[in-house]
Amino acid sequence: MIKLKINGRDVSVDADADTPLLWAIRDDIGLTGTKFGCGIGMCGACTVHVGGRATRSCITPLSAVAGTSVTTIEGLDETDSHPVQKAWRELRVPQCGYCQPGQIMQAAALLKDIPNPSDDDIDAVMTGNLCRCMTYIRIRNAVHRAASANRETSSND
Amino acid sequence: MIKTILFGLVAVVVIALVGFAIYANEPEISSIANVERPQFNADTVAEGRVLAAAGYCATCHTAEDGELYAGNYPMETGFGTLYSTNITPDPEFGIGNWSQEAFLRAMHDGVDREGQHLFPAFPYDHFTKMSDDDVGAIYAYIMSEVEPVKSVQKSNELPFPMDQRFLQAGWKLLFVNFGRFEVVAEHSAEWNRGAYLVEGVTHCGACHTPRNALGAEKKNEQFAGATIDQWIAPALTAENVSAIRWTASEFSNFLKNGGTRNHGIAAGPMGPVVHAGLRQLPDSDLDAIGIYLADKIDAPAGDEVNSEIIATSLAKGKPQKNYRWDQGERLYATACASCHYNGAQIEPSRPDLGINSSTRLAAPDNLVHVILDGVGNEDGIAGVVMPGFRNAFNDEEVAAIAAYLRSSRTDKVAWTDLSGKVAEIRAMHTAAQ
Repeated sequence: MIKLKINGRDVSVDADADTPLLWAIRDDIGLTGTKFGCGIGMCGACTVHVGGRATRSCITPLSAVAGTSVTTIEGLDETDSHPVQKAWRELRVPQCGYCQPGQIMQAAALLKDIPNPSDDDIDAVMTGNLCRCMTYIRIRNAVHRAASANRETSSND
Repeated sequence: MIKTILFGLVAVVVIALVGFAIYANEPEISSIANVERPQFNADTVAEGRVLAAAGYCATCHTAEDGELYAGNYPMETGFGTLYSTNITPDPEFGIGNWSQEAFLRAMHDGVDREGQHLFPAFPYDHFTKMSDDDVGAIYAYIMSEVEPVKSVQKSNELPFPMDQRFLQAGWKLLFVNFGRFEVVAEHSAEWNRGAYLVEGVTHCGACHTPRNALGAEKKNEQFAGATIDQWIAPALTAENVSAIRWTASEFSNFLKNGGTRNHGIAAGPMGPVVHAGLRQLPDSDLDAIGIYLADKIDAPAGDEVNSEIIATSLAKGKPQKNYRWDQGERLYATACASCHYNGAQIEPSRPDLGINSSTRLAAPDNLVHVILDGVGNEDGIAGVVMPGFRNAFNDEEVAAIAAYLRSSRTDKVAWTDLSGKVAEIRAMHTAAQ
């Protein structure tokens, strides 16, 4: 039994220690928002947050995350209104949508670390999240939009 | 004439052997029954619990998936494999029939209750520095709180004559300075407290000091850095390769948190040192360790961080706009930069690899280990992890990333035979499983 928190909820997963976190999230816990892409940590579709940091769940074994706190796309915001999600909707970023949960989780972590990213910052951090529909330009714009929305919120505080 | 000389020589040898046998002989200390053990007060037990953690006794005295302190953890010594002993209070299989006197002798002199010399994989050469009270507290903790476990000790795999315990007396004669820690008057109380802990219970030198051909720490190269389980324990001297110099507060923060912004994280064998152990010590002790190690590493006074070095490292980490010709650079951009890239400054949550010792050490082992197997919650900073790329990259690809980091982010000479090294470390882990 490996115990961890997922989206604030305590869960125990009865699986081998080397089972990828992604499998546990999708198959055992039943949260299917997080996607399987390449399976080798090279496309970003499986990105979740572990302790607040963007982490590729397909190559992270359960043994490594015992006792940690994991957030998936379902848990990013209770009402799906995280500034990144809002910006994504406003700019209609997704096309087919498959990579977008990973893109959004990566972008949310990016903005937490680097609240006012330049184009270069966004490119560097988001390069590992592939999009076969080529929505990259809209992704970059939406990251900027979410950053400015955050700035407005914090200046209104 | 020749006969006389021969007889003389034989006599000398015989006398020496007899003398050594007398010297090596240690008496048995009689066993005790459970009821003969004194009652320990709760404060002593609590102190012992912290000290046992600070000495990470459980790390070596617990096998993988084994019961706590029940032994049989394999230690590859270069002379053969030793299995740690059961130190639970079970009277038959553990040390339940040891008196406090016997436990004290084991810790201070490296001799077990029956009078046999212990092998120095057990770092009594450090524990000999500990006060009677502190050793007694560990005894109280083990006897009061550790669950007795019945487990059969695996036999050590040492070739003759290394397996001869009485010969250990000779090793001790040559290499061990027995005796309690002595306060160095010219240094502060904090420095002395740090020295007492580092030289004694936390036995930092066991990994960070290189050993001679007979496996003893080289006293004149204290903390010069060494290899342990194919990880590099970096030098804790002025030779340390960190881009940003260590200071007292960096050391204590590293031990409190498992990592710092300017010095990366505790991984590999250092993971349990921090997580299973040192962090249990009160902050004042970790600060004292920091003060002592800062002196050893020749730290600059104060906490001024060289921002020029950081700025240079960050500039080197900026992505190239043109096509990335280098395979390592491409793989790094895809697999690593999402977490390791930094903008205008180093974020605590985004470890900068340009200033990290793993990219700057003379050998790539630590970097390769982490790329292959990542960083679990048991290592580094609690609550955050890094995935392992063992099944994602082949040896050449891991080597390409390591070579890229080395050449683009440091001013150090290139590592040689990188993919060979990756293959070696990959196989080592596979064999261990």
